[in-house]
Amino acid sequence: MKVLVAVKRVIDYNVKVRVKPDNTGVDLANVKMAMNPFCEIAVEEAVRLKEKGVASEIVVVSIGPKACQEQIRTALALGADRGIHIETDEEVQSLEAAKLLKSVVEKEEPKLVILGKQSIDSDNNQTGQMLAALTGMGQGTFASEVVVEGDKVNVTREVDGGLMTVALNLPAVVTTDLRLNEPRYASLPNIMKAKKKQLDSMTPADLGVELAPRLSTLKVEAPASRQAGVKVADVAELVDKLKNEAKVI
Amino acid sequence: MSILVIAEHDNSELKQATLNVVAAAKAIGGDIDVLVAGENCGAVGEAAAKAEGVNKVLVADNAVYGHFLGENLGELVAEVGKSYSHILAAAGTVGKDFMPRVAALLDVAQVSDIMRVESEDTFVRPIYAGNAIATVKSTDSIKVITVRPTAFDPVAGEGGSAAVEQLDVVKDAGLSAFVNEELAKSDRPDLGSAGIVVSGGRGMQNGDNFKMLEQVADLLGAAVGASRAAVDAGFVPNDMQVGQTGKIVAPQLYIAVGISGAIQHLAGMSDSKVIVAINKDEEAPIFQVADYGLVADLFEAVPQLEEELRKVK
Repeated sequence: MKVLVAVKRVIDYNVKVRVKPDNTGVDLANVKMAMNPFCEIAVEEAVRLKEKGVASEIVVVSIGPKACQEQIRTALALGADRGIHIETDEEVQSLEAAKLLKSVVEKEEPKLVILGKQSIDSDNNQTGQMLAALTGMGQGTFASEVVVEGDKVNVTREVDGGLMTVALNLPAVVTTDLRLNEPRYASLPNIMKAKKKQLDSMTPADLGVELAPRLSTLKVEAPASRQAGVKVADVAELVDKLKNEAKVI
Repeated sequence: MSILVIAEHDNSELKQATLNVVAAAKAIGGDIDVLVAGENCGAVGEAAAKAEGVNKVLVADNAVYGHFLGENLGELVAEVGKSYSHILAAAGTVGKDFMPRVAALLDVAQVSDIMRVESEDTFVRPIYAGNAIATVKSTDSIKVITVRPTAFDPVAGEGGSAAVEQLDVVKDAGLSAFVNEELAKSDRPDLGSAGIVVSGGRGMQNGDNFKMLEQVADLLGAAVGASRAAVDAGFVPNDMQVGQTGKIVAPQLYIAVGISGAIQHLAGMSDSKVIVAINKDEEAPIFQVADYGLVADLFEAVPQLEEELRKVK
């Protein structure tokens, strides 16, 4: 079966985020960019499904400026077979991303679509669910285990009280949580091979989707910082302060 | 304006998060209706009717909603919610699952995890794991919003007397089925709404050592949490994780034991009223946010803490 994986180019998770002085956003100039960590987990899961013989082809798609072809190449080096780049320099919000991915799903007809549960820049946690709704598919969100059995996929989900397993009809959408797998690193020979893999580029207009953002960001600020308090000498002083000063116990 | 709040519950009890979301709805202003979707959830509907500021409670009681499957809830809420100006749910794993479906079905954007209401169309939310705070304006006719419960003080859960109406809307998308669940059983309060949280990190060294924290927690009536490092190391299950990728908590008192204070953990607990850090590394970043820091070996400090607490309790 064919698996479609969506990946997003975001600020590298090790980079310290700085808000721009004019409060229009976060400073991304000369900042290291990388594949969203949850998307790496999505790629890894698809590759493992292929290694198990469950998946036959892995198509990786990314939406954004020319530079996000780097992340598509990374996914190809990790084991994806073919890439699709939907090129735009505009800001793409979750609903629009879902509409773009829907048109890719209609063309490619994958049995399984795997996405990260959220990107670490906008932290929306929306695109997978929106894509599932728009395509009429079931969704296994925040997955910690994915097992394909016949025409169904069982997805164990990380929920507030523990774990919950659902059975979804295929085709279905899965969004990854942290503990689904540990992504591998790309080997040098695979990075070289990935350069020769097919990567098709298209625009939102080619897919018949008009970008029309519904949300506007009025300002972006640094969070209110918390002041460091006092050091206590021992446990007795700590308990005394909690009881008599902070009055929280 | 009319606001539909989707209740968070377990079919028998209304979760406190619902009261926090009603508070967010009050900050927007307008008539507030609450939708309780579940199976044999009549008691939840009665409880929601008592919440302060609620105009009407709608109860959709059917087996198809029993496990809160996002496909079915999404269709129900899109159908019921289309006549409202705002649809709100708590940003827990249920709300995060079905609300984007609602937004997509209504062809509107979703505003996720709001911390503050600026006006009926403008909201404040964290981005970049809480390292930046965005003020976002929505131009959609229906605003679909998930709410960070700990950012809003709950409305009173008693005193209201809203009308309860049964809804005969059965939406079975036929796409998904519940198989099973493994829910952590605990007599301690729920991590997300506990007044006191005691959390352990990598410094706990193993899962058995969390028993020390449990003993302290039981003395305080507290919930027990953990850092991502402790969960990833397999000490404790994932539902105990506090942080940007786990649960966001804001208790009166947060005691961090053997937690260094990675940014992703701080994003999940830095709104706590009083923070205590116990760590043997005095350079640990957790001390920069702690109101009371104790530089000590936790294996000595935690038993002492238990002893001292017994004296004052």
